[in-house]
Amino acid sequence: MSNAIVQQRGIGAMIWDYITTVDHKKIAHLYLVAGGLFFLIGGLEALIIRIQLMQPDSNFISAGLYNEMITMHGTTMIFLAAMPLIFALMNAVVPLQIGARDVAFPFLNSLGFWLFLFGGLLLNVSWFTGGAPDAGWTNYAPLSSTSPGHGVDYYVMGLQIAGAGTLIGGINFLVTIINMRAPGMTYMRMPLFTWTTFITSVLILFAFPALTVGLFLMMFDRMFGSAFFDVTAGGNAIIWEHLFWIFGHPEVYILILPVFGAFSDIFSTFSKKRLFGYSAMVFATVLIGFLGFMVWAHHMFTVGLGPIANSIFAVSTMAIAVPTGIKIFNWLFTMWGGSIKLSVAMLWALGFIPTFTIGGMTGVMLGSAAADYQYHDTYFVVAHFHYVIVGGTVFGLFAAMHYWWPKMFGKVLNEKLGHLGFWPFFIGFHLTFFIQHFLGLMGMPRRYWTYFEGQGLATGNLISTIGAFLMAIGTLVFLYNVVYTAIKEPKASADPWDGRTLEWSLPSAPPFYNFKQTPLVRGLDPLWIEKMEGRKGITPAEPLGDIHMPNGSILPFLMSMGLFIAGFGFIYQVDNKLWFIAVAVGMGLFFASMFTRSFKDDLGYHIHKEDLIEKGDGKE
Amino acid sequence: MRGWMGKLRPVFIFSVLVLFLAGCGEENLSALKPKGYGADLLLDLMVISLAIMTFVFVVVMAIYIFVLIRYRRKKGEENYIPKQTEGNKSLEIIWTVIPVLLLLILAVPTVQATFDLADEKPREEDGSITVEVTGNQYWWHFNYPDQEISTSQDLYIPTGERVYLDMKSSDVIHSFWVPSIAGKMDTNPGDNENTMYLEAYEEGVYWGHCAELCGQSHSLMDFRVVAVSSEEYDQWVSDMQNIDPEATPETASAKDGKKAFENSCMGCHAIGNSPAGVGPNLSNFGNRTKIAGILDHNKENLVDWIMDPDQFKPGNKMEGYNVSEKEAQQIADYLMQLDHSEVTPDSVNGSSGKK
Repeated sequence: MSNAIVQQRGIGAMIWDYITTVDHKKIAHLYLVAGGLFFLIGGLEALIIRIQLMQPDSNFISAGLYNEMITMHGTTMIFLAAMPLIFALMNAVVPLQIGARDVAFPFLNSLGFWLFLFGGLLLNVSWFTGGAPDAGWTNYAPLSSTSPGHGVDYYVMGLQIAGAGTLIGGINFLVTIINMRAPGMTYMRMPLFTWTTFITSVLILFAFPALTVGLFLMMFDRMFGSAFFDVTAGGNAIIWEHLFWIFGHPEVYILILPVFGAFSDIFSTFSKKRLFGYSAMVFATVLIGFLGFMVWAHHMFTVGLGPIANSIFAVSTMAIAVPTGIKIFNWLFTMWGGSIKLSVAMLWALGFIPTFTIGGMTGVMLGSAAADYQYHDTYFVVAHFHYVIVGGTVFGLFAAMHYWWPKMFGKVLNEKLGHLGFWPFFIGFHLTFFIQHFLGLMGMPRRYWTYFEGQGLATGNLISTIGAFLMAIGTLVFLYNVVYTAIKEPKASADPWDGRTLEWSLPSAPPFYNFKQTPLVRGLDPLWIEKMEGRKGITPAEPLGDIHMPNGSILPFLMSMGLFIAGFGFIYQVDNKLWFIAVAVGMGLFFASMFTRSFKDDLGYHIHKEDLIEKGDGKE
Repeated sequence: MRGWMGKLRPVFIFSVLVLFLAGCGEENLSALKPKGYGADLLLDLMVISLAIMTFVFVVVMAIYIFVLIRYRRKKGEENYIPKQTEGNKSLEIIWTVIPVLLLLILAVPTVQATFDLADEKPREEDGSITVEVTGNQYWWHFNYPDQEISTSQDLYIPTGERVYLDMKSSDVIHSFWVPSIAGKMDTNPGDNENTMYLEAYEEGVYWGHCAELCGQSHSLMDFRVVAVSSEEYDQWVSDMQNIDPEATPETASAKDGKKAFENSCMGCHAIGNSPAGVGPNLSNFGNRTKIAGILDHNKENLVDWIMDPDQFKPGNKMEGYNVSEKEAQQIADYLMQLDHSEVTPDSVNGSSGKK
């Protein structure tokens, strides 16, 4: 087991350190790298889709491969890129913002990451073993339950494993935020990012079980001969749609709420103003989370639920626009009267407002149940959800990364390159997706492999493809910026943005134990309060003492690997019962690791007071 | 309801935008160029929602631009510390209540339209037409139970009256969408039957799509709605009712084709009335708008299709029926001369359906 105090050098030692780490800051790095990698894979899939649709009657890829491409693009971007990148931010920031030394369950934190990574890898292995899943990221039965080959099996097993990781992560943050806040950090003094992480974790806790159930039913239908979705044997295919969207709609808010929190912190910091209407913002967040569970059937207006159900869900959907509007106006009034600095983080946040407002507009339009009979499953919907997920979540991730990069990696991302990356992405985004609203209304359904000459859809699609390549350029500039910053930029100060919350009271990057002394929080924006009173740092809440730290562990990695191996066994036992050996080996490894964890005491270690004084703050 | 909406419409400055939009999209495909009751109603609803939402967007952008210009940090202001306002209760109430009112304004026509389009009047009494629609990978079957007519791919309806559709699927979920006449509705497998209605204003041949991912050839599962006058419709019905599936073709090649058809194709493809279709019903095939919904309607394409259907619609279920090229030619001759009705897509006013 690695002991973080003993600094080992060398690549091997570093890899071992990361595989066994339970430090939330290092787990954040892992989430960032893995999520970023999947983001690039998903982006590549998007480009292939756009090349196929660049001109009518195109044959760039075959219809079957195209369906795999759209399925994997959606699945990858939602589950393997957006969610882990959000977890990267949550891990990097939340414990620092609430004045904690780590999350409540560091071991589970690591387990959550490795489950996600092995689940994601399992899903992507399908490319090399005879075909990826091809029933859309929504995986509607019976198309999915009867899809030939093993593609959908990979979807089921991969998401089941990755989903368990997400659920664990959500529970962990819930407990962390409830139990680990520093003295004085009452709920109504928590920074907005912590608040939105809190609500997001609640959503994860209640939404993911619905997906888990759906995936289990699908798994038994495909692998063990049950007939939950098979109408000829008395099953019901629509149940999948309900289960999926009871999970799927809250999932949308799981993706968007954390970046709402990040935007709140960013607007406030770069306007040098306290967040306008803090309690209204908190209230709006809670309301969005609550209403998020009441609207799932607006994805199903054309399923034939009848006018009564459709009307109820139409009205509840429109209701969500109200708390979202509250947020937009409070952000605008946070800037009102402030002193706005156009840093790159702020630029992304400013780009977000008009973009997301358009996404919200089309959201209300889609919520109008009858009109949805025209919009549904067309490019209008594609345009809408990219406006909210790219214009909201991805813009938010870029903003948050520029904002917290110094806290994560100790350096400020180059601002000039940041500006240079923003514009092609921003312009490319609107070029790609704005026109798609019209393509949809002009009669182009989504998930169409091709369209014909003479349908009037060629120009719009060409523009859209050009835009996609501009977005790719923006992403490449960002990647270059990451490398450039790592090599050329100087070390960042503790507080490069004149920040307001606790994380900026720590060095960039913070020491592995975060706070030498637990801080005392005296109000909203605790660091700002101290600064305004002329103090340099935060008032500590305790005298300097020994710090209890958890040991690292390889067990989370082994447990996840066990499930990964067992996953193959489950998928291929349909063809050959010998594959049950893989199930046995994988589950054996899994349970043996669990047993070790349960029965072998691992009490962690202490950093002694004397060491803390000697080594000082900057020690990593 | 349609009355006041119709009157209000010109008031919206956004109708300018709609006119602009009407410039894009094909006449018989675009939801922005409604040619039927449902599409018209829904375009009105879209315009109302767009108008309300554009109002919100303009307000947001006005504040946004003002704030950005007025409060951007200028040189020499680096140390200026703005007043730390906590919030403002009246403002919060304003931007909660006004959106609620706006949404209520939108909710009323939304609910009205939702119920309007769900009209399921008892049909037997007023003699309205019912069509059973079945979605299949990757074609559409249309059965007229009261008239005892079956056909596939081209759905004939009369203009000016409501045609009720009872919809289901024989395999996976599909979605029936004719953008310029009405919205869409899913076809579900099993007993889970859905209904909707079509009411076309103008004669024409309208494009239909499958809108729910249903497999490899999802994007090729096109069909047409042929809207004709009531007289022409009655003519078509009586023509279709009088089909003689056994009729002997005139040319020798078509005669041989009929034999080959009976040997190789009839297991799945019916000519004449057959409510449950395994493969597409081929009645009146000579007057189809397209071959397999996507290829231009000529003999050459038909031969190519018969020889290798998978090349045009990957994953379709007609694979593996090997006929020689000569047989394919003969079968094509036979099918192309199946001219059962005088009412054809070409005879429809202002038709662009053959496109």
